[in-house]
Amino acid sequence: MSIDLPPAGGPVGGHYGDSEAHPEAGIDDEGKGLSLWRGAWQRLRRNPSAIAGALIVLTFVVIAIAAPLLAPYEPGSAQWSGEVTPTDVPGPDKDHLLGLDRFGSDLYTQLLFGARQSLVYGVVSTAIGLVVGAFLGILSGGIGGWVDTAVMRVVDIMLSIPSLLLAVSVAAVLGQNAYSVMIAIGAAQVPIFARLLRGSMLAQARSDYVLAANALGIRRQRIVFGHILPNALGPTIVQATLNLATAIIEVAALSFLGLGESDPAIAEWGRMLVAAQDRFDAAPRLALLPGAAIAITALGFTLFGEALREALDPRTRR
Amino acid sequence: MSIKTSRTRSLVTAVLATTALVLSACAESAREGNGGEGGSGGSTTFVFAGSAEPGALDPVFVSDGESFRVARQIFEGLVGTVPGTADPAPLLAEDWTVSEDGLTYDFNLKTGVKFHDGTDFNAEAVCANFERWYNLPESAQSDDLAYYYSVIFRGFATGPRTDAALYDSCTANGEDKVTIVLTAPFAGFISAMSLPAFSMQSPTALEKFQDDAAPDPRTTEYSTAQPTGTGPFTLGSWERGKQVTLEANPDYWGEKAMIDEAIVVAIEDPKARATALQNGEIDGFDLVGPADIEPLKEAGFQIVNREPFNVLYLGMNQKTEPLDDLKVRQAIAYAIDKQEVADASLPAGTKLASIFMPDTVNGYTEDVETYDYDPAMAEQLLEEAGAAGATIEFNYPTDISRPYMPSPEDTFNVIRSQLEAVGLKIKPVADVWDPDYLDKIQGTPNHGIHLLGWTGDYNDADNFLGVFFGAETMEWGFTNEELFSDLAAAKGIPTPEEQQPVYEQINKDVMEFLPGVPLAHPVPSLAFAENVKGYQQSPVQDEVWNVVTVE
Amino acid sequence: MLRFVLRRLALMVPVLVGLSILLFAWLRALPGDPARSMLGQRATPDGIARINEAYGFDEPLVQQYFSYVRALLSGDFGSSIKTGRPVFDSFVEQFPATIELAVTALTLAVVIGVPLGYLAATHQGRLLDTFVISGSLLGVVTPVFFLAILLKLVFADWLTWLPTSLRQDPRIDATHPTNFYILDGLMTREWDAVWNAGLHLILPAIALGTIPLAIIVRITRASVSEVLHEDYVRTAESKGLSRRTVSRRHVLRNALLPVVTTIGLQAGLLFSGAVLTETVFAFNGIGNYLFEAISSRDYPVLQGYILFIAIIYALINLLVDVAYGLIDPRVRVS
Repeated sequence: MSIDLPPAGGPVGGHYGDSEAHPEAGIDDEGKGLSLWRGAWQRLRRNPSAIAGALIVLTFVVIAIAAPLLAPYEPGSAQWSGEVTPTDVPGPDKDHLLGLDRFGSDLYTQLLFGARQSLVYGVVSTAIGLVVGAFLGILSGGIGGWVDTAVMRVVDIMLSIPSLLLAVSVAAVLGQNAYSVMIAIGAAQVPIFARLLRGSMLAQARSDYVLAANALGIRRQRIVFGHILPNALGPTIVQATLNLATAIIEVAALSFLGLGESDPAIAEWGRMLVAAQDRFDAAPRLALLPGAAIAITALGFTLFGEALREALDPRTRR
Repeated sequence: MSIKTSRTRSLVTAVLATTALVLSACAESAREGNGGEGGSGGSTTFVFAGSAEPGALDPVFVSDGESFRVARQIFEGLVGTVPGTADPAPLLAEDWTVSEDGLTYDFNLKTGVKFHDGTDFNAEAVCANFERWYNLPESAQSDDLAYYYSVIFRGFATGPRTDAALYDSCTANGEDKVTIVLTAPFAGFISAMSLPAFSMQSPTALEKFQDDAAPDPRTTEYSTAQPTGTGPFTLGSWERGKQVTLEANPDYWGEKAMIDEAIVVAIEDPKARATALQNGEIDGFDLVGPADIEPLKEAGFQIVNREPFNVLYLGMNQKTEPLDDLKVRQAIAYAIDKQEVADASLPAGTKLASIFMPDTVNGYTEDVETYDYDPAMAEQLLEEAGAAGATIEFNYPTDISRPYMPSPEDTFNVIRSQLEAVGLKIKPVADVWDPDYLDKIQGTPNHGIHLLGWTGDYNDADNFLGVFFGAETMEWGFTNEELFSDLAAAKGIPTPEEQQPVYEQINKDVMEFLPGVPLAHPVPSLAFAENVKGYQQSPVQDEVWNVVTVE
Repeated sequence: MLRFVLRRLALMVPVLVGLSILLFAWLRALPGDPARSMLGQRATPDGIARINEAYGFDEPLVQQYFSYVRALLSGDFGSSIKTGRPVFDSFVEQFPATIELAVTALTLAVVIGVPLGYLAATHQGRLLDTFVISGSLLGVVTPVFFLAILLKLVFADWLTWLPTSLRQDPRIDATHPTNFYILDGLMTREWDAVWNAGLHLILPAIALGTIPLAIIVRITRASVSEVLHEDYVRTAESKGLSRRTVSRRHVLRNALLPVVTTIGLQAGLLFSGAVLTETVFAFNGIGNYLFEAISSRDYPVLQGYILFIAIIYALINLLVDVAYGLIDPRVRVS
């Protein structure tokens, strides 16, 4: 389920001042790269939605990493299961900031540790997608010929079914555990990165500096790793950020479908959402909080990713 | 908003293309002329929601409750049940006698009964049915098809278990007397005949529409559109994915249905069933989720509790250490507070269990070792066994709700925290119910303690104890020759009266041996709208709707 | 034009063949003996032998693949383990339900999204714009099933105006020649059936259509905004054409190109969204059945349905390309 968009023609957020010129830092060792990034940074700093996104992402990451320190209790302990009945799930009180969940664990603790799960799943699966996809894309674009055709056919096949179903099929083969989820979602992201890197390879292959480098006799590998990849870095990071948002949602979706980690001691927002359904009358917060957490986290990554894309896109200079 | 007087071609094209795709799919124009009947006004309809679609309409080839729910309305067997209990009562057979050796059963049949296709129900038809089952081709004998015949009668005319076959012969004596001869005594025979799988089906209709040798006999015309029995309802239609429509049988021999039509829909989620009831879309449903019972009652709906005929237990696999040590098993039993388990995860009114069968079954006794909640004792026993702080795998199923186990995750969590409170370390292992969990628990030795249960099919202790402990199984992982032979012997006792003390003793022995901890007999419930009256619940789900009225 | 279509069709074939190989391999790659995983608890030696024979699991792999393809081409997509019902039959029966739902959701998304995006683009920076941007952003990141659950629970418990399960009230005795409930009702003039089916469509369509709506709003807005700033628009404006005329003639036509492409991409979203939405609302379409097949590991159904979905997805993308080609001639010759 990609929520990705083609490059936007207008600002995502409100207006931002564009009056300061973007310094073309004269010629230096890094050549083109530096001013692009510095320019991007400056624009990001002034973009409210970028700031909002970054803040959310930062908060999420901090919570995820520091969960054991922030949480008052152990996750998934179900210590207070005696207080929970089918029609009553105790709400917030002095011992439990957000009350209990239906299994008798502290809801606040579960939410905090759920962030950790989402971060891990999201980062790992996106990383898998990125590494494998980039590898295929570079191979494809770099070598060309039948390798290119073959790889692109495989990518087409993977894209011929909706990514969620692809993830489901992979997860079904690998069994019901954490690894299968990460590999499955990673697999669904491979085509996106493959196409991106291949496109980047192809586009740059014709650019002046590459032709020049070739003419100068610089080895292909050096060109790829020294020039093409760094230039592809920007769009790749943008894509990875946006895909992270999708990954977080897809992890929850797979939990909803009953695939993926099933151990209730390991808190995961998607599963918390599923488990909250039949207690909705008694305790709507059990569903609302994890769902909101998923949405807000995905929002943060999306905002930041899009702002980043815009900041790196030379076309938005007006 | 500026009105665009003409949409751009692109949008129109796209929309048209999609519409074309849609319209091209309905190549068949409306075959039916005018619309159907108005639905309301004049005829009464009873709409009931089950949890899944039936597998098939021929009860010989299915074993799921939803198929049986429909089968109970259309078919009847020789034996029925006393309303509200699991005890056998006359149905198509008015009475019967058993020979001393327990091998010969003489039935006197009801006269004047006709199948829905107009043919007579008589002794010849009875024998036609028994012979049909016995002679099912090998392709139909596997457990995912003729499950109940396989389990009760143990063997067929052909196939690997011919020698074990319980059925010997069937003789029709005139129109209304029939004699069945078995190869070995089976005290539960009469009770077993009340199962829907042994309903009397019209031989003529079977001949015409059924094909037992088909690659999948559940998809034949008989099994999907032409089930023909003697019951108070006939099949109106089965619209797959929508509903089963039953029509009242005007020629029924007994108490004719007071409703004109019954519709059975499938709604998987218990909460969605409750909502549909509250919205008035259905008149009743089965398997009420524990969280919905109170809210429905408060909103003025009727909750009908079924007399529990089940048991929920914590099984223990003695192939996995340290569960092979009796002290450890006892410790686990002492660590569990059954009342807390019931309060936190089972419906109100659930009875706690002291043995592996409910109190309505022949051979029930409470004079057994009970292991009442005593965490100190549990810790002590663990110390003695050298298993304090041991790690135990705890298997439980997800995404499932059974009548005996409405929310396994909740039950699991309560027990887990109780076991951890006495120092055990629990490693949770969750699996999807079907096929993973069942396969793992019953097909492999790779599991520790697990949650499972069983709803009885008919009133026979062997249907509980024999199923669980009759032989070595992967589920329990033990070999106890004495127990096995005791159960085998008990099974062969000719009458229930003689069986009773034997089973009582077996229950005592089982609780000494403690292969698992029986937890509770949860109360499954149904819910109905206020204007539905007369629904008769049955612990074995022998619920026929001819007595239901919808005001 | 025809050549364009044929060329695209030809490209589809290797992809589908590749997919069929993958799906075939997938079924064999599943943990455990395929016959055993199919039968689960009921696995007995006779049962396993029966499955092995029926599915040919004891034959060499290549031969199995070709039997599989031969079966596919003759319309045999396998049968459900649970019910024995042919996958083809159940798909054909349930597909109209999902189409009805998807078309409703997409129509909602387009009919609301395009004007909204256009308005936001033409009123950039104003309150409406901010509102639209934030709203659509939220729509994009809210998981489908979260929204579906929320809608269901809110309308089930608190606001009981709308039904939250099934496609139609069981009491309504309607005939369904095509299984498109709305269409059927219209054809047989059973107006109460049409109304009832429509009511049942509302909540699932809202849940399913929200993400496409949000995406369409954003794309329309971005696209219109971009075009508005293009030189030729400014030229037209400076020539004195009123803004409205400029809009109608130039902006919309060009701005809607990305929207049309998106509609095609939405198909994938709609299918996966359908799996998640239909389950929540007990809406009997392919999504619901697919979900059950996943839960009960009914692999032949999974395999068959995924292949079906891929075929349809490819066809839809082809249609979109054709539509795109009709609008923008440049595409046809590329």
